[in-house]
Amino acid sequence: MIPLTPVLTAHWDEPDIFTLAGYQRSGGYQALRQALTLPPAEIIQMIKDSGLRGRGGAGFPAGMKWGFIPQGDDGPRYLVVNADESEPGTCKDTPLLLASPHSLIEGAVITSYAIRAERAFVYVRGEVLHVIRRLQHAIHEAYQAGFLGHDILGSGYHLELVLHTGAGAYICGEETALLDSLEGYRGQPRLKPPFPAVAGLYARPTVINNVESIASVPPIVANGADWFASLGTEKSTGFGIFSLSGHITTPGQYEGPLGITLRELLDLAGGIRAGHKLKFWTPGGSSTPLLTDEHLDVPLDFESVGAAGSMLGTRALQIFDETTCVVRAVLRWTEFYQHESCGKCTPCREGTYWMVKVLARLERGEGTEDELDKLLDICSNILGRAFCALGDGAVSPVASSIQYFRDEYIEHLKGGGCPFDPAAATLFGGAEH
Amino acid sequence: MPFTDETRARLDAAAAEIIARYPRSRSALMPLLHLLQAEEGYISADGIDFCAGKLGLEAAEVAAVVTFYTMYKRRPVGEYHVGVCTNTLCAIMGGDQIFAELQEHLGVGDDETTADGKIILEHLECNAACDYAPVVMVNWEFFDNMTPDSARQLVDDVREGKDVRPTRGPRRLCTWREASRILAGYPDGRATEGPAAGSASLVGLKIAKERGWTAPEPAPREETR
Repeated sequence: MIPLTPVLTAHWDEPDIFTLAGYQRSGGYQALRQALTLPPAEIIQMIKDSGLRGRGGAGFPAGMKWGFIPQGDDGPRYLVVNADESEPGTCKDTPLLLASPHSLIEGAVITSYAIRAERAFVYVRGEVLHVIRRLQHAIHEAYQAGFLGHDILGSGYHLELVLHTGAGAYICGEETALLDSLEGYRGQPRLKPPFPAVAGLYARPTVINNVESIASVPPIVANGADWFASLGTEKSTGFGIFSLSGHITTPGQYEGPLGITLRELLDLAGGIRAGHKLKFWTPGGSSTPLLTDEHLDVPLDFESVGAAGSMLGTRALQIFDETTCVVRAVLRWTEFYQHESCGKCTPCREGTYWMVKVLARLERGEGTEDELDKLLDICSNILGRAFCALGDGAVSPVASSIQYFRDEYIEHLKGGGCPFDPAAATLFGGAEH
Repeated sequence: MPFTDETRARLDAAAAEIIARYPRSRSALMPLLHLLQAEEGYISADGIDFCAGKLGLEAAEVAAVVTFYTMYKRRPVGEYHVGVCTNTLCAIMGGDQIFAELQEHLGVGDDETTADGKIILEHLECNAACDYAPVVMVNWEFFDNMTPDSARQLVDDVREGKDVRPTRGPRRLCTWREASRILAGYPDGRATEGPAAGSASLVGLKIAKERGWTAPEPAPREETR
């Protein structure tokens, strides 16, 4: 058994941890004091050595991203924190910001100092009002205490941090769409290259990192790159928050080393709800291909989940038992992708539209088995051909569900409708079935 | 003049503050739209003209942004926005049933407002609270672990003006316009109300404490230079 390793979550049970006083009592802002005594390049090297990979889904090495920022001219450089947590199943940044907004601010100041940015933005989704209150409050406190603003802690370093509130668009979690949104446009992805490190916000060098990535920076600075790298696996170092939801006894946040398995996490979470068994799950949100009970022992690190045919993503483990109709689940996710497709590129805009049409027919038991091949054909016309990762994500549930549950689709066709009782899958109706 | 002089002066002052937050003025468009929604409850043609005037944009450029983002409403909405998550996980755990029963109970469909103007009901995509499924949001505050009964009670209480307390939020709900004002960057002073974390957010920490698990201690480090 790999034990849990609370670091980011270690003080969430202290009732005032979201205040400056509470955060400082737990050692908060000590890492910033330490960081400001180091040359910026040394901090970038420390993050590189730690092996920290982006916690927003893609897993790109954070230190390498920071190292791409050109330091040649006197023009502005920016840090943008992606707090637009919207990937279905993903619910880690929201509790982090609610409980510990100062850990994000401390990480943002250290990161901005390392990349020599004098302005940082936190782009938070708009639909989480109390998280926004907590961030506003924490930013205000940090300015008052001299952790933000002019001449931070007498170091001569200045940083302005602005909270920017979104307005309901999943696509703004995509980093270049987020930049367009932050510039006051419709949130549509940009063609890459140029990458944001070269031409990001206002066409200036910009680092964009997820909340959890940035919040992981202070503990790395405080405890050392080796300490971080001693946790996790060789290529997926450190700890992460695993978010368990669905048909399990104890849903919630479990912070552990990367490489922990679903079997181990389920053991801690009391297993699948009483009297039921695991049917399928997402390892990292709906954009990561479904896995089944065959995959309980796959180490939840970037490499192993990839080798199992899916992606670690955001460690959003949505867990469904045998009462769940996979066709219904996949149709609903596909409706989501259709709704959230920004419309900029044809494969995603048209592909998600047609996938919804076909899936809706199949769920009603209409259509023919050939339409499963039609769906896979549409998938192959989206995958790798869309402007951004939203299109690829939309393919994941469709293709993986046909791979593992083709018979269940056919059962809908044979029976002329869905064989499942939705009431049995609810948390209030079906527990005793 | 679409707005009274007094309103206009207030909006002008706030707009100047919001624009000053950014290196380039156009970045202020989204918070300005939240500000207008706080003023009027939705984004009117006058609101669009106001933003366009402040930022040197065409009204069509502003409208193109308004129509992209679902939180900007283009017609008057109720005092309380009730959102039911019907993305896959919440839907299956009971969100679909809650949404269907609320539609029947309130006598409105998706994105429709009750006759008394109190409540607009809308289905939501994932609101990042999956460990508290099924989730209902009222004016973007969390109501966790809902059932059809508790959701009906919630909307009844909201309609009757009773004190309603979000699960992870302040001691009482604010109105739709008040919420929009916070989104525009004007705090309401209630950040310290409510818990630091909900129970599901703490389950892993609780287990770790019970079993004496912690992250490893860092190796003693040599003094850096």
